[in-house]
Amino acid sequence: MIKLNHVTKEYARRGKALDDVSFQVKKGEFAFLTGHSGSGKSTTLRLIHMADFPTGGEVLVCGFSSNVTTPRDVWKLRRRVGFVFQEFRLLPGRTALQNVTFALEVTGTPRKELASQGRRLLAQVGLAVKSGMQAHELSGGEQQRVAIARALANEPLVLLADEPTGNLDERAARGIMELFRDLNARGMAVLMATHDLDLVRAYPDVRVLELNEGRLVFDSAAPEVADEPAPARDA
Amino acid sequence: MHAIREALAAFRRAPLLTALSTAMVALALYVVGLFAVASYNLHEALERVEERVEVVVYVRDDARDSEIQLLEEELRSMEEVADTRYYSKEDALQRARVDLPEFEELFTDLEVNPLPASVEVELGAGFRTPESVARVADRASIYPFVEATRYGQEWVDRLFLLRRIGGITTAILGSAFAVVAALIIGTAVRIAIFARREEIHVMRLVGATHGFIRRPFLLEGALTGILGGGLAVALTYASYLGVSRLIFRLEWIPLEWVVAGIAAGGLFGLLASAFALRRYLREV
Repeated sequence: MIKLNHVTKEYARRGKALDDVSFQVKKGEFAFLTGHSGSGKSTTLRLIHMADFPTGGEVLVCGFSSNVTTPRDVWKLRRRVGFVFQEFRLLPGRTALQNVTFALEVTGTPRKELASQGRRLLAQVGLAVKSGMQAHELSGGEQQRVAIARALANEPLVLLADEPTGNLDERAARGIMELFRDLNARGMAVLMATHDLDLVRAYPDVRVLELNEGRLVFDSAAPEVADEPAPARDA
Repeated sequence: MHAIREALAAFRRAPLLTALSTAMVALALYVVGLFAVASYNLHEALERVEERVEVVVYVRDDARDSEIQLLEEELRSMEEVADTRYYSKEDALQRARVDLPEFEELFTDLEVNPLPASVEVELGAGFRTPESVARVADRASIYPFVEATRYGQEWVDRLFLLRRIGGITTAILGSAFAVVAALIIGTAVRIAIFARREEIHVMRLVGATHGFIRRPFLLEGALTGILGGGLAVALTYASYLGVSRLIFRLEWIPLEWVVAGIAAGGLFGLLASAFALRRYLREV
């Protein structure tokens, strides 16, 4: 589903953001991507979403290769990969439902089906009753749920989330995590970047990929890790 | 359909921004409109003066009618000449009496008519240049019975110098105004697009094609330009009416100019949108 083969990303001014990173996330898998700020988590997600392209190696997502896909073709990939941000990025001046139907319309859902499909997606994230509320009238957790509903508009095979609980209190964060778990249980691969180690520890069954200064330093699913006790993740 | 719906929805969602963009476009094109009215009226005034450019061929008293007829025929065969009119000595005296009533007594007391017969040569449109006028005068002067030719060389030269200066000034100022208008329209559209950059980002995020994203913005840019153009025409017309009624009479610009102005507004809006969008679409 997602495969990084010796991926390097180097910026002219910042230098190397990722250095020879390789890992794979299979269909229906849930993985945390952890690490300090600046460790390369967001860069990794951007490369997987093909918002940027690697300077070395190859990123393969749902059959799309970063070596072949052009910026003009990225939309095809985006219809299979959902993305959720820390800061929600909902459109102001629109209701929760309109934020979702906007995404549905963009991806070609027939006009007469927009409202019903939008409500179905909002119901899926537990916000059916608040569909008519303006985005700014919703709490942080609710706004993130709308953002997730929007990301689900394409019925994606993969969901990428960049610090989705970063702006939420603990209760709301747990709610979002449960929602991700639910989506994952239905077969969707989820790769979630977070620096919240308490959250990571709360889900010990979830695979952990840890980045440090652009290098993959820990993978809980790696064979050598399975044989030995997992290295401390107190970073 | 989506593009039209979204373009109209954008107007509804941000009426203030739309009004500001339209007003900026309208003001930019209003200046161009005022300049168009001024230059059109200057051009028309020069045209009217130009129409009075003619060559007068004075013939000797002993010239025969058949010779004068031959002269007229030859002159009329020239591409520069639109028409010729013959005025006999008597006609000349009669016109002098009408034109110079203060000398009526002098004209009555004359024993001999001193005024010569003449052929007035009307030049065709596009041939009222100093070169054409001189060519016609030279051709007429070949005839031995032609006493003199008059066309006010100095006056014609000045008129054409004035016309050339007017033409160059119009071209330079017109281009400058058009460039300024284009920049203002570009800025107005860029502001409108900047305000909606998050929308573009979300569209890119969920897999919209470039064309899908671009269409409503292009339409919106074109509509803003057309609306601004229409408003500019209304403002220019109001100014034209005001000046015509209160200061001096002006001519209103031709309909084609009005249509071209509004279309230019639409085109500028469309191009400005396309240009501004390029940046956001480059951001994958």
